[in-house]
Amino acid sequence: MFGFSRSQSIGFVIMLALIATSPFVLYPVFLMKVLCVALFACAFNLLIGYVGLMSFGHAAFYGMGGYLTAHAAKEWGLTPELSILVGGAVGAVLGLLFAWLAIRRQGLYFAMITLALAQMVYFFCLEAPFTGGENGIQQVPRGNLFGIIPLGSDMNMYWTVAGIFIIGFLLLHRVVYSPFGQVLKAIRENEPRAISLGYRTDDYKQIAFVLSATLAGIAGGTKALVFGIATLTDVNFTTSGDVVLITLLGGLGTIFGPVVGALVVVSMENYLAQFGSWVTVTQGAIFVVCVLLFRRGVIGELGGLLKLSL
Amino acid sequence: MFMIFGIPGPLLFGQLLLGLINGAFYALLSLGLAVIFGLLNIVNFAHGALFMMGAFCAWMLLEYLGIGYWWSLLLAPIIIGAFGILLEKTLISRLYKLDHLYGLLLTFGLAMVIEGLFRNQYGSSGLPYRIPPSLQGATDLGFMFMPNYRGWVVVAAAIVCFTTWALIERTRLGALLRAATENAPLVQSFGVNVPRMVTLTYGAGVGLAAFAGVLAAPIYSVNPNMGSNFIIVVFAVVVIGGMGSILGSIVTGFGLGVVEGLTKVFYPQASSTVIFVVMAIVLLIRPAGLFGRI
Repeated sequence: MFGFSRSQSIGFVIMLALIATSPFVLYPVFLMKVLCVALFACAFNLLIGYVGLMSFGHAAFYGMGGYLTAHAAKEWGLTPELSILVGGAVGAVLGLLFAWLAIRRQGLYFAMITLALAQMVYFFCLEAPFTGGENGIQQVPRGNLFGIIPLGSDMNMYWTVAGIFIIGFLLLHRVVYSPFGQVLKAIRENEPRAISLGYRTDDYKQIAFVLSATLAGIAGGTKALVFGIATLTDVNFTTSGDVVLITLLGGLGTIFGPVVGALVVVSMENYLAQFGSWVTVTQGAIFVVCVLLFRRGVIGELGGLLKLSL
Repeated sequence: MFMIFGIPGPLLFGQLLLGLINGAFYALLSLGLAVIFGLLNIVNFAHGALFMMGAFCAWMLLEYLGIGYWWSLLLAPIIIGAFGILLEKTLISRLYKLDHLYGLLLTFGLAMVIEGLFRNQYGSSGLPYRIPPSLQGATDLGFMFMPNYRGWVVVAAAIVCFTTWALIERTRLGALLRAATENAPLVQSFGVNVPRMVTLTYGAGVGLAAFAGVLAAPIYSVNPNMGSNFIIVVFAVVVIGGMGSILGSIVTGFGLGVVEGLTKVFYPQASSTVIFVVMAIVLLIRPAGLFGRI
């Protein structure tokens, strides 16, 4: 139904089993962060892995999704699922705007334009009254899911986040393995040829970009609800860098890569936090090593070793 | 006190001067980026970090060796340029056959490593670097007081920018460089050592960044984040100007600095975003950039 190959089905079952059992072993809040970041990275991977578009501005969607979800939950009193959808809608609108501008240029320029636009969003968040400037939006209530299920307990919240992640993951996978996804891959491999076959490649890129931005907004919104706070950190360009690192480390254009990358990078940020700037140095070093020595990432290399597509 | 458009003259000219100074840094940095991009086809994300290293190099030369500003202005670009050559030789040169995005990712990682290391060693609060004695004080221009050092920054940046322009557009070496940008294998077949030229070009671009760093040291406090604050704006400047033309990136750099300065006077809230707005407008009207060729 979702176009999983056999090896991917096995991988998916293993992932589901891990999601179901890990909260009994590990701290649920940490796991929720991993899942939010993983969804963010999967959304990013749709662009870099399958369309070949390098967006260096995904923090804008993630961060703004977080701000608007927090605002909706706190000021408008919306239920969590609606607040998160508001976050997704903001991601979509911003994504439409970014894509409309950035698709005019290609390759490296595309990366620079998305980066610059995201920085504009960052400065907007710094100045706009509703974001609370340096303080961010704090004490965001988690509320009751569908108005019934209280999310105050970490376990309820965890299952909600896991549900959102799995829906997003399956949706992305479905898109990649649909006829639409095949056209995206054709654009990645050879854009002029795709054009000559009659595909309006700019439209395809735009749709993929909006989809990716929407899911990034949802991921950011979910994270804001989990932690009850939306801050400038999530709109900062370092967050855009993080998601690039996660996807590169896990494996560009692999379906499980971003998830594995998210697990590694978030754990690293969590457990090495006491070493301050060494985290940045380590992340930078991982970037350099990945680019020079293993460009296929963890899952890509594993897949190559087992001769499977993961 | 005289007024222009309802704004006190000294305020207006003061902000214009600040704008020109920022513009000078934009011009120097985007020039280096453009030269590197032209020949190596990579966007040097580490440019901001190398700019910061230039400033730190000047600070270290003074602090540990007692070497003053003027020698630093000469030595720091050479030292940091040599460091750039080392980076190019050992790391960047391995990526020329791959997708250009990997160059961006590699230099992004390098920037993280460099900035992280400096933050570890020196914290992020910033270190003071004193203005050299000969440039202290201010001059009365009649319509405003101009701090001498700030005037010097604008003049020095302009001289270096136009020297670089002349070197590239008016000398034989520059002609070779431009030819290699167009078609490297052809130039190589004429017996020019293109790989060496590529390495030296990277070194020169980095040297320009370091020179800007030394100029910036007395104005901004010397701190590990000073480069990343600049580099994203410089990317926008590069998109606006288009990387096709050397003169274009100089003019765009100075021009956008002035635009930013004026925005600070008339609508301060927008001063940090105005360059990005200009970028969006330019993309709508002239996607290739003001001076760019598609």
